[in-house]
Amino acid sequence: MTPPTTPTTPATTTGISAVTGAIGSAHTRVEGRDKVTGAARYAGEIPFAELAHGWLVLSTVARGRIRSVEDSPVLAMPGVLTVLHHGNAPRVDTDYVGMVGRPNPVLGIFQHDRVPFVGWPVALVVAETSEQAREAAEALVVRYDEEPHDVAFFAGRSDAYTPESNPMVQAETEKGDVEAQLDASAVVVDEEYTTPEEHHNPMEPHAATARWDGGRLDVIDSNQGSTWVATELAMLFSLDPASVRVRSEHVGGGFGSKGLSPHQVAAVMATTILHRPVRVVLTRRQMFSLVGFRSPTAQRMRLGADADGRLRAFDHQALSLTSTVHEFVESSAVLGRVMYDADAHRTFHRLVRLDVPTPAWMRAPGEAPGSFALESALDELAEKCGMDPIALRARNEPETGPVSGLPFSSRNVLACFEEGARRFGWAERDPRPGLRREGRWLLGTGTAAATYPSGAGPSTAAVTAEQDGSFTVRINAADIGTGARTAMVLVAADALKVGPDRIRVRLADSDLGPAMFAGGSMGTRSWAWAVTIAADELREKLALGGGIPPEGITARSNTTEAIGALAKKERHSFGAQFAEVAVDVTTGEVRVRRLLGIYAAGTIVNPLTARSQLIGGMTWGLSMALHEEAIRDQESGSHVGADLAGYHFAAHADVPLIEADWVDDPVPDDPIAIKGIGEIGVVGVAAAIANAVWHATGVRHRDLPIRPDRVLRAADEARRRATEGAPSA
Amino acid sequence: MREFGYERAFDVPGAVALLGAAPEARFLGGGTNLIDLMKAGVERPALLIDVRELPLDGVEFTHDGGLRIGATVTNSDLAAHPEVRRHYPALAQAVLAGASGQLRNMATVGGNLLQRTRCGYFTDLSKPCNKRAPGSGCPALTGEHHNHAILGASEHCVATHPSDMAVALAAFDAVISYETADGPGELPIAEFYRPVGDTPHIETSLPPGALITGVTLPPAPVAAHSRYRKVRERASYAFAIGSIAAALDVQDGVVRDVRLAFGAVASRPWRARAAERVLIGGPASAEAYAAAADAELEAAEALPENGYKVTLTRNLVVAVLTELTEEAIR
Repeated sequence: MTPPTTPTTPATTTGISAVTGAIGSAHTRVEGRDKVTGAARYAGEIPFAELAHGWLVLSTVARGRIRSVEDSPVLAMPGVLTVLHHGNAPRVDTDYVGMVGRPNPVLGIFQHDRVPFVGWPVALVVAETSEQAREAAEALVVRYDEEPHDVAFFAGRSDAYTPESNPMVQAETEKGDVEAQLDASAVVVDEEYTTPEEHHNPMEPHAATARWDGGRLDVIDSNQGSTWVATELAMLFSLDPASVRVRSEHVGGGFGSKGLSPHQVAAVMATTILHRPVRVVLTRRQMFSLVGFRSPTAQRMRLGADADGRLRAFDHQALSLTSTVHEFVESSAVLGRVMYDADAHRTFHRLVRLDVPTPAWMRAPGEAPGSFALESALDELAEKCGMDPIALRARNEPETGPVSGLPFSSRNVLACFEEGARRFGWAERDPRPGLRREGRWLLGTGTAAATYPSGAGPSTAAVTAEQDGSFTVRINAADIGTGARTAMVLVAADALKVGPDRIRVRLADSDLGPAMFAGGSMGTRSWAWAVTIAADELREKLALGGGIPPEGITARSNTTEAIGALAKKERHSFGAQFAEVAVDVTTGEVRVRRLLGIYAAGTIVNPLTARSQLIGGMTWGLSMALHEEAIRDQESGSHVGADLAGYHFAAHADVPLIEADWVDDPVPDDPIAIKGIGEIGVVGVAAAIANAVWHATGVRHRDLPIRPDRVLRAADEARRRATEGAPSA
Repeated sequence: MREFGYERAFDVPGAVALLGAAPEARFLGGGTNLIDLMKAGVERPALLIDVRELPLDGVEFTHDGGLRIGATVTNSDLAAHPEVRRHYPALAQAVLAGASGQLRNMATVGGNLLQRTRCGYFTDLSKPCNKRAPGSGCPALTGEHHNHAILGASEHCVATHPSDMAVALAAFDAVISYETADGPGELPIAEFYRPVGDTPHIETSLPPGALITGVTLPPAPVAAHSRYRKVRERASYAFAIGSIAAALDVQDGVVRDVRLAFGAVASRPWRARAAERVLIGGPASAEAYAAAADAELEAAEALPENGYKVTLTRNLVVAVLTELTEEAIR
């Protein structure tokens, strides 16, 4: 039977949050008008007197040493002020541990002559105008002593190694005897899955302006956390942290790529030497080597189950790459530690070091590629067991954390499946593949689970009652396009029990005091916590009565202790993804017809921006399934087509009917009850789409993206196998 | 960025004279490809001669019932033109299959014909490319080539021509008119694009200093029953990995006339004459269409990663000719 192509019910929010307060009711962005009228200024467009412009020059070889930087002819070019390189740049200190660990050595620009990948910064040309800087940078001759390089990532590399566990990623977990349980299993899935190198490309490229102002370093930036960037700059340049100010008022997208990158360091170096403001903006191509990316992965999934689908063996092995200068683990195998239990349970990560830039966090790091392998394998297991994929997941729903043994703070993944199935029309689905046709299109549906951790980082906030009856909230949050500013208005309004129109929020300024960055889906939860505590305290102060002095009455908070006191539990958001696809196996075209995501993500602060963020995440998942892939040229070690013409992601025509919604998800023991929604929208979507492609065609696609050539080849192969395997007449 | 001059031409002799006086100049149409190439450093003209104001923006019938399309007609206007849609529907469909609405509003017919390949090696100055830097090599042969040519390529270059419009023009035997300082000239589209050979950097047979003034489509009754189908890696705003312009006249189950041209398979729009020869006078059946495609694709030479294009193009021939046949019967 053909599944319905329209939703069976209108998109209504079933979620929580009694809508008496500001939290839970839809609000447009408080700065929305400024943004759509152009009044909102972004980091690369704020004017400064005497502004000079820096242009980075990147290495063109993948491994070797810089023999010479021939700067003399360039220094004579019009407008050129200086050329910084390893022979003359100020020294920086990269021997420190910052908010996210040891710094990526790429931040120590111009400190030595070694080149570890194509796109490593080798010089900064500074000139009076951006055009002059660029022309001079393109004219700069840099000579190298080149060495052989290796950029080939593939499963089964003999030099793969187990990384050290770090606070971010535990490399391995193991309980029970996987091999024995596989042997004892009635049904086994043992498959390899791959995902390609992917790049985050926020619409606004990275940009920073640095200047010295009254003895303080002042940086106008576009980042995901001003505390983070200011702290690292202070350490790099051995400055008193109080003498560094970083602001980032509006940010056109981050996705994990906007922390500290070489361009901010270069701008600080240049302004220190030139005694005038210096701006460095990255080009789209430069972003492909300087701001991190998602490592390709090769993952092996082994699942063993009884005939009724109960898991006996769970084994997720994930290989990813890192650079030769820094270690980053794409933590693809972590989500099995949350999602499914088994008698024997093993998850581990391996790394291979290549002559490429260091990967970094890209929206839903780990969970995005990991869920493709895990949730595809679950679908294959359901097929082998002859079970409905949702029923299989229900059968393996754990009571406590499969690895930690800790209780869940709340776990409503089955409620997501139930609500999603109802709205998607899943009950009418015929599980057999390859049966539905509409003209040249084969149709199919698929589903997958989603999860993402719900953490919090220590933050400070200040809330001030002003004489005019308004309130000013100071929290060094970052609004990277998510609507964080508006969310803080709503949180403060409810905490202060006043209307949102009486709240003014100041954020994205390191002078406001330390706070969590916008990352790891932790921003809103972390900041709302600090704002709520400060607001509660302010209400107590105000309850004492008395007048408000001209400077107002201020209450401050610091959540370090409250976060530390939170009971140890498995704290995560959950979700269920549904996809319907159409596949033409004669051309290889795959079109997604509709996506539905239902989430259990605690209190939803602002349904309007939350839905937008979840739909954005799902669109990422769609792109990951069908489009995104950075091609690395083995010969040169660099990308082919490192721009938005060469690197495809979904266009509007690819994005069909997408719905995101949520179910009730109270978190009883949690003082703030807000979870994160920044990343979970991505998780599981690629698997749901791949599972739907199987349902449409009968062919499993285990390599992303599901490109037309892959669909064509797979269809050819399936036909050949069918012909060869057919009984002779 | 390098500084460059800009002049606007208001008549054809003036434009040709400006170019004659400045050999490092380029004509600027919509700029949708040239400006990108300038940003990437692939093109570094000393002067841009803007030809968008030239009086070449008309579409009109020729005395024999064909159509003459001016060189500065925008892609949007061409696709929307009622006579184009009526007599050469595959041409309108091809134009609409390309780029985006904004780009089609800027892009011109002349510029569309002369756009350069989107091969990732060609547009990247840090890499060798025989088309951009003759003699430097072709890394695509052993590197990334999953969207490269399977027909008419050479060991010097395997890039494809990116135009959708040109595929339809090839199917309909378009003739390209140009003007030089020595007077006007014409080139049939079959001769307009040169074979790759060992000179991939020389893409057309236009004489030096020539300005394209227009494209003439000869009358072709079969073209009224035509279709363009494009396959790409996303639903819009991507270059083809396979495309086909097809026109078909079937009577009593027999192919009376047929036109076939392929896109994304060669350095130029690929007119499938071998396939046409097989089809004409033969049965209008899926088997015959497949056999005709095979006859054309016999010459295909696939690299390790682009062999799927043979299957894809073959499937497109069968699918689109079958569609046109079924519509003819209805």
